[in-house]
Amino acid sequence: MSATWVIARLTVRELVRRRLVLALVLLTAVVIGLTGWGFARVPGLHDHGQPLTAGEARTVAAELLLLVMFMFSFVLALTCAFLAAPAIAQDLESGVALALLARPLRRAELLLGRWLGLVASAVVYTVLASTAELLVVALTTGYVPRQPLQAEAALCVEGVCLLTLVLGLSTRLATVTGAVVAVIAFGATWMGGVAGAFGQVFNNAPIRDVGTVTHLLLPTDGMWRAATFSLEPAVFASQAAQHAGAGAFQSASGPTVAYLAWVAAWLVVVLAAALWSFQRREA
Amino acid sequence: MAEAGAASPAVHTVQLAKRYGATVALAGLSMTVPRGEVFGFLGPNGAGKTTAVKLLLGLARPSRGEAMLLGAPVGDRQARRRVGYLPELFRYQGWLRAAEVLGLHCRLARLPRSGWGDAIRDALALVGLAERGQDRVQTFSKGMQQRLGLGVALLGRPALVFLDEPTSALDPVGRHDVRTIVSGLRDRGTTVFLNSHLLSEVEQICDRVAVVDHGRVVAEGRLQEMLAGDVVRVRCSDLRVEQLPELSRFGALTLRDGVLVAERLAQDLVPDLVASLVGLGARIHQVEPGRRSLEEHFLTLLRQP
Repeated sequence: MSATWVIARLTVRELVRRRLVLALVLLTAVVIGLTGWGFARVPGLHDHGQPLTAGEARTVAAELLLLVMFMFSFVLALTCAFLAAPAIAQDLESGVALALLARPLRRAELLLGRWLGLVASAVVYTVLASTAELLVVALTTGYVPRQPLQAEAALCVEGVCLLTLVLGLSTRLATVTGAVVAVIAFGATWMGGVAGAFGQVFNNAPIRDVGTVTHLLLPTDGMWRAATFSLEPAVFASQAAQHAGAGAFQSASGPTVAYLAWVAAWLVVVLAAALWSFQRREA
Repeated sequence: MAEAGAASPAVHTVQLAKRYGATVALAGLSMTVPRGEVFGFLGPNGAGKTTAVKLLLGLARPSRGEAMLLGAPVGDRQARRRVGYLPELFRYQGWLRAAEVLGLHCRLARLPRSGWGDAIRDALALVGLAERGQDRVQTFSKGMQQRLGLGVALLGRPALVFLDEPTSALDPVGRHDVRTIVSGLRDRGTTVFLNSHLLSEVEQICDRVAVVDHGRVVAEGRLQEMLAGDVVRVRCSDLRVEQLPELSRFGALTLRDGVLVAERLAQDLVPDLVASLVGLGARIHQVEPGRRSLEEHFLTLLRQP
């Protein structure tokens, strides 16, 4: 068994034992239950005294689903930040790293093992939570997003991007500092994305470029917008396209192949930078 | 197959140095630790002992100089498979059971899988934790965690073991146990690099010592040779430090806590020394000829300009 695999397994076991993860799983289950209760009431809503048609109900469900999934996206970001921030920093601060690194273990193996364990945990959580939510919405309202798998994949990549950044910060910053920096970066990127969308609506190039640059610097909002495009009905996307832009919860188009390639390259570069930083960090 | 580099020293350093910005942690450490010996690495706080250990284990990067472990450059993974380490700051995953911590290190040390069970049982038994293998580390006292750390360091019978302050958290029984374990390691040919403040402990178990101060080795050699020479301790009262120059013909004298220590004093001069002390008005309570202690030698070395 390779050392990377040993560390990855250790990381997953460590995460599963943390109360943060237990709280996350329980609260996610509660939220899915509560939203299911709410979505179940959508088909019975009335508009000007008239019951909603099936199409109207699905439209309302789609709007609500985007809001709920944005909450999942935000929770995922926070979770990735607070789970990845101690991954290296805590080992160095506590002294656990001394005993590990004295073994014939490359620092790359330790870092990649941590990364794999975190990625696996984030992906499993994202897929299970979003699948459960999408099933609840489909069963209660009949609304099924156009591209549910792509939406889940985009959310997973969003989480992976953030935890990769946090893991890199963890090689240099203390646990809390790394997590706070990551959350601020996530929030700023989301704001940048919203600003870019408004720049597009008002055809203001500098403001539009803010969105483009933030999507390039940290692809979390870019991937959130990829998820919204996959989750929203086609009519939302065409509305967004007609208005030459989108708000915080709509996307006019999906991610381009070039952007997806950029995200892949971004992940490789940030992971390599994390490794470079860790190689030079003294235990 | 013969062990690679078996004829080489366990540890060999040449001008190994480490700077942290303007601070010199290690100024140029040159020393050799032969195989199969218990080597005491001594020095005052901040002398660079832990820095040296971290450099030797590849946990920190030297600013200059070079070091070899078991005949291979520091960082060589094959060599590190045969090295054990108990850090001064010993911390292990509190949520794991003691046996699981050892299992993790069996994997990381790349020990043959078939031997993991025996290695874990042996390590737990050796450090007195045979009954606590299934308990979580977070329930252990600090002393028990240090015992576990010693077990981790000794997994798989390494050829070289670094023990950084291995008894700092242990009670007298634990310290005795560690001395016994270290003696056992020497008997089976393991080299032990012992970093300790407890000079009496070092004196009891080390074959060879190096004293490091301000990042440099100020003395190195076999303990027996280093402490050779006659020493006379005179417990006395009514003697002041200012009177010592009047006794200069008896060589280097130190007066501390009512004990006058005369180093390298020929035994036939002892009556003369006592007579001179009485002549100065001192009252003699006890005269004890004997060997210099490591502590006396250590303090003498560090007080030299």
